[in-house]
Amino acid sequence: MTTADDGAALARYCLALGDDALIYSHRLTEWMTRLPELEEETAVANIALDLLGQARMLLTRAGAILGRSEDDLAFFRAGHEFRNVRLAEHGDRDFAELVVRLLLFSVWRLALLEKLAGAPDPGLAAIAAKGVNEVAYHRDYAARWVMRLGDGTALSHVKAQAALSALWPLTGELFRPDPDAPFALDRAETDPVLDAVLSAATLARPQTAQLGEVSGRAGRDGVHTEAMGSILAELQSVARAHPGATW
Amino acid sequence: MPDQQWPLYEVFLRGKRGLNHVHAGSLHAADAPMALRHARDLYCRREEGVSIWVVPSAEITASSPEEKDPFFAPAGDKPYRHPTFYDLPGDVPHM
Repeated sequence: MTTADDGAALARYCLALGDDALIYSHRLTEWMTRLPELEEETAVANIALDLLGQARMLLTRAGAILGRSEDDLAFFRAGHEFRNVRLAEHGDRDFAELVVRLLLFSVWRLALLEKLAGAPDPGLAAIAAKGVNEVAYHRDYAARWVMRLGDGTALSHVKAQAALSALWPLTGELFRPDPDAPFALDRAETDPVLDAVLSAATLARPQTAQLGEVSGRAGRDGVHTEAMGSILAELQSVARAHPGATW
Repeated sequence: MPDQQWPLYEVFLRGKRGLNHVHAGSLHAADAPMALRHARDLYCRREEGVSIWVVPSAEITASSPEEKDPFFAPAGDKPYRHPTFYDLPGDVPHM
């Protein structure tokens, strides 16, 4: 039996995971036509589409509780209503950041989805189970590239290490306790996988401080980086200019 | 920066019901493991295959188009090369 409180928590949680996928997918899509090889572009497009598919299912699940459609949630919420972690909204400045960020995100998300495949809500459990295979591939793709760059040329090593150091401050937020989550995920649970990849890539785990919270609030509470405004402007402009349009 | 291209690989897929790997196309990759993953992304996103082979295109020895006639022509007018001189039982499948 589900109480009203449980329903609200489930909706908030599905929204959080859905927003992670939606905003990350948008950020990957920005790379289209800009990647150095056609084959990599297809790979990244596939990953973006996988995440978009997860976003649609999660927003639909949240919307079923909130009485809103997936499109309504994606296109007609303001920035402070988005619950994604700030790692998802980061704009990659080069290919090293693309693959390092995807590694950090996928290692975390895969660990999360594996747990959620046993979630009490059958809807969320099914969405998570489907996502496990997808994100396992994303992690594999990212890990191979991180090892290739980190253990590659002197220049690629410098760029990979710089990307890791730049993105590291965004990882602490991933492991904040979430009262809505059916399962807790501790950083120590994902460390073995991440450390194995970093070690094979000859990259040093950064010791840099974590990105600060604002009065104890972060991405999950609707506190975002400056980038969020321009992401949503592009993501939402067509739907807002032509409400209800179909094609 | 030098204009270096990754080597070319040929991709062979085995479909779900098929018995043999069939040539699907070609792609660029830095090495064979990367070629496998590119093949998965380029040719297997709609469940086209259950098994992938990748082969460096440079490793394939091909017959030359100029030698086409000496290579392939003679069979047509030599009926003794075709196994048509015996009766096939009616219930033999796949013939």
